[in-house]
Amino acid sequence: MAIRCVASRKTLAGLKETSSRLLGFRGIQTFTLPDLPYDYGALEPAISGEIMQIHHQKHHQAYVTNYNNALEQLDQAVNKGDASTVVKLQSAIKFNGGGHVNHSIFWKNLAPVHEGGGEPPKGSLGSAIDTHFGSLEGLVIKMSAEGAAVQGSGWVWLGLDKELKKLVVDTTANQDPLVTKGGSLVPLVGIDVWEHAYYLQYKNVRPEYLKNVWKVINWKYASEVYEKECN
Amino acid sequence: MAASSAVTANYVLKPPPFELDALEPHMSKQTLEFHWGKHHRAYVDNLKKQVLGTELEGKPLEHIIHSTYNNGDLLPAFNNAAQAWNHEFFWESMKPGGGGKPSGELLALLERDFTSYEKFYEEFNAAAATQFGAGWAWLAYANDKLKVVKTPNAVNPLVLGSFPLLTIDVWEHAYYLDFQQNRRPDYIKTFMTNLVSWEAVSARLETAKAASSSSS
Repeated sequence: MAIRCVASRKTLAGLKETSSRLLGFRGIQTFTLPDLPYDYGALEPAISGEIMQIHHQKHHQAYVTNYNNALEQLDQAVNKGDASTVVKLQSAIKFNGGGHVNHSIFWKNLAPVHEGGGEPPKGSLGSAIDTHFGSLEGLVIKMSAEGAAVQGSGWVWLGLDKELKKLVVDTTANQDPLVTKGGSLVPLVGIDVWEHAYYLQYKNVRPEYLKNVWKVINWKYASEVYEKECN
Repeated sequence: MAASSAVTANYVLKPPPFELDALEPHMSKQTLEFHWGKHHRAYVDNLKKQVLGTELEGKPLEHIIHSTYNNGDLLPAFNNAAQAWNHEFFWESMKPGGGGKPSGELLALLERDFTSYEKFYEEFNAAAATQFGAGWAWLAYANDKLKVVKTPNAVNPLVLGSFPLLTIDVWEHAYYLDFQQNRRPDYIKTFMTNLVSWEAVSARLETAKAASSSSS
């Protein structure tokens, strides 16, 4: 039974698109850059096609590449019992793994206008937003203000606290995923406020980017996540 | 009692020691118009607003930086104060026709503390390239030694107890227009090859040595 399990995991590992080195009986799962569910130019004029292409092909790809490298090094260090190296790799894993996690969510948080981008949330998420923030406008104002106030690089989030069953707005630094602010936090909408997310188009005027990004926020996806977590 | 105009005059947006187009093609006029004209200006203007009516009003910039650093538990004015300082220091770290290798005592000390200029370059380059997110890389002086330091966001060696000698800004706004497609490594190389003012670094080293010998 045990041998069959190992064999099928090896087979699955071999079928993965990216290289997956097998050390011992475990194969580490590595990652690939997810495709965008829309063309680079589809979010214009809110976010330029130029930004979308560089953001996806350069920034997110770099996080994926560096995350995979860190995971391979981690795997080797774990197998050798090299505790110092394992600990040393944690920041690279946090930066790059976090970058991959956050950007994967971000692409789903955005949608072209003709596919519902910007359409206000209905259903249970819409009501929850009204309950917690007074109105969608109230939420937008709060998130935009907090996003503008992030010093340096980071993200602003609308999250669901699964335990307390309430919506929260929070920010994270660098590529820290929302879960680093609380184990029960589920990201619903994340907005990247690293300069690379807006600089080519909005230059230093981050508030202008934050004003416009709401026109392409995919509330349908956020509602799906919310409803799934609430049931 | 200082009039409010005299107070706000403490925090000034000094122009760089060169024309905004003087660093072309290595750092464009457009970048300087935004980086100095918008970003740096905003730090100065916002700092003035932030300290107005508080106990920090009228205090020297370095005093504000130290007290708002608050041992790492940053107080609200730290970001604007430190960034105002950092950017003025950054412009003065560059000059048209700059870059290349230093000479004289500075070179001797770099060779002493890093074994060679090339090793120093490697370390400085690595610090600048691997500072994750926004931040700065520095050559600093402390305890009669030169060292390379990297700092996040607005933090600078002043609050870490050393004398800054040289810096490169690695916030994305510093290179995003000129080195498109996220080419921070090319920006660092261009800075080291074409922009560093070793005269400024040497002058700061002299000041740092004099200050540390007078306090010992």
